[in-house]
Amino acid sequence: MKFYDKTHECMERPELLKLQSERLVALVKKVYDNVPAYRKKMDEAGVAPEDIKGVEDITKLPFTLKSDLRDNYPFGLFAVPMEKINRIHASSGTTGKQTVVGYTKGDLDVWSDCISRGFVSCGIEPGYMVHVAYGYGLFTGGLGVHDGATKLGCSVVPASSGNTARQVTLIEDFKPDAICCTPSYALFLAEELRKKGHKPDDISLKVGVFGAEPWSEAMRQELEANLGIKACDIYGLSEIMGPGVACECEERKGMHLQEDHFLVEVIDPNTGEHVKEGESGELVFTTLTKEGFPLIRYRTRDISRVIYDKCACGRTTARILKPQGRSDDMLIIRGVNVFPSQVETVLMEFSETSPYYMIYVDRQNNHDTMEVKVEMNEAFFSDKISDINGLEARMKARLNSLIGLSIGVTLVEPGSLPRFEGKSKHVVDSRKI
Amino acid sequence: MAGIRQISVFLSNQAGRLAEVTKTLAENDIDIIALSIADTAQYGALRIITDDNDKAIRVLKEKSFVTKINHVLGIEIPNEPGALSKVLLAFDEKGISVEYIYAFVGKSGINARVIIRVNDNDRGTEVLRSIGIPLITEDEILKK
Ligand SMILES: [Zn+2]
Repeated sequence: MKFYDKTHECMERPELLKLQSERLVALVKKVYDNVPAYRKKMDEAGVAPEDIKGVEDITKLPFTLKSDLRDNYPFGLFAVPMEKINRIHASSGTTGKQTVVGYTKGDLDVWSDCISRGFVSCGIEPGYMVHVAYGYGLFTGGLGVHDGATKLGCSVVPASSGNTARQVTLIEDFKPDAICCTPSYALFLAEELRKKGHKPDDISLKVGVFGAEPWSEAMRQELEANLGIKACDIYGLSEIMGPGVACECEERKGMHLQEDHFLVEVIDPNTGEHVKEGESGELVFTTLTKEGFPLIRYRTRDISRVIYDKCACGRTTARILKPQGRSDDMLIIRGVNVFPSQVETVLMEFSETSPYYMIYVDRQNNHDTMEVKVEMNEAFFSDKISDINGLEARMKARLNSLIGLSIGVTLVEPGSLPRFEGKSKHVVDSRKI
Repeated sequence: MAGIRQISVFLSNQAGRLAEVTKTLAENDIDIIALSIADTAQYGALRIITDDNDKAIRVLKEKSFVTKINHVLGIEIPNEPGALSKVLLAFDEKGISVEYIYAFVGKSGINARVIIRVNDNDRGTEVLRSIGIPLITEDEILKK
């Protein structure tokens, strides 16, 4: 199967813009009529539904922030009565209250469609066995991907997260064709499979669809080599829908956005103005078709770029490049913006170390310090301290030239850093500011 | 291959890691014959020669220690001034570099026993022979 929904995935641009405009006009009218919080914000901004005639008017509308979601906890931004809500998900915020989202039956249908489109673009076929190792529950990952794979006609193994020994046995015995989980957990599974004597060639998996956290190209190579798979990135935030908002194709040069359902803008996070096409900025989404929990101009805090040229796969939809990180994750070290993913990219260049690392940030005498601990590869270990010192010095130099900061590097024993089964937490910031 | 097998163990500089190595060896009745540690502020490399290197490697790996085997030269030199200097000068003349060196206690007690890590064991062995310094074999070192 080449396309799941060729009509919408390969639409000509003018036709797509027309569809998006119609849907935006209807959406704005609907939220104005049904969600008091949106009506209040629009009234305050002096914009009425009839001012929005198409996507070109989007900038007239106010942004929706994470704090708006918290302020309207739990159901204040739902646009339909509760009896129309078919499913509720929630994501734990770093600060207090959960963010609660609701889906109508139609929303769940659209979500499954989006995931099916993404799966097909990654090379997953109906009939494939798909091992889902995202957490099932309030988190959107597990059930979202589950429904999508079910709709596509795959044999779904709802393994959920945790219990790694059992996951490994399921992969050994059931021989799934595809796996979905966080990329860091996939690396962990690969390590466990290797420990049990499996070679990439004898692992049944062919495709991995990984998401819920940013990951680097180097990590992709690592995953592909260790599991013998094609590793694809899937994007989505639970607020917007969950995984499947955008997904890579087999070209793997950006994630195709399901533009008939989601309108993307890229803004300068400081000014709120659009950046030039193709430039890096904060992703802002409007859910064009969501019924239960529509969002208008939702600021994601994800920093990335969006490109519009036609992809070699034949899809015409906009592509989101790998997010560089979240503006929330961005560390400001001595005035320099640093994303953990930049550090990861550098570390992955070195075959002498494993993909496990931690970043420690502290402040000493009013001076920010940043130190990276990374696990040494057993094969690299030498009885000569000069070899180890030399490697640390090379890593330090590379970090310095790419990020522009002096970052300490310490090699540690394999297995000594924490493993994460869900989203990985690579940064410990102990600064007291 | 020329020389004696030496086990190196990587130690993250956490208190107790070294003690865990020695405890593991003790629990398995493995005797440490020679030992040295090189360390920095962050980590160390422990180098040991034991009376059962194969078993030592196995039990250390079971405890997830990072280990490596390499060959070093063991020599016995007279316990008198200038003996070691003669060896090092000979290496230097032949362009053989010495990575590190440590002494250990021999059973005889008359001569000094020294482990030398050079960049080329075969050529190192030749040089030692040419200046009449006897090499200790792995069998000899294990003899109690
Ligand atoms: Zn494509």
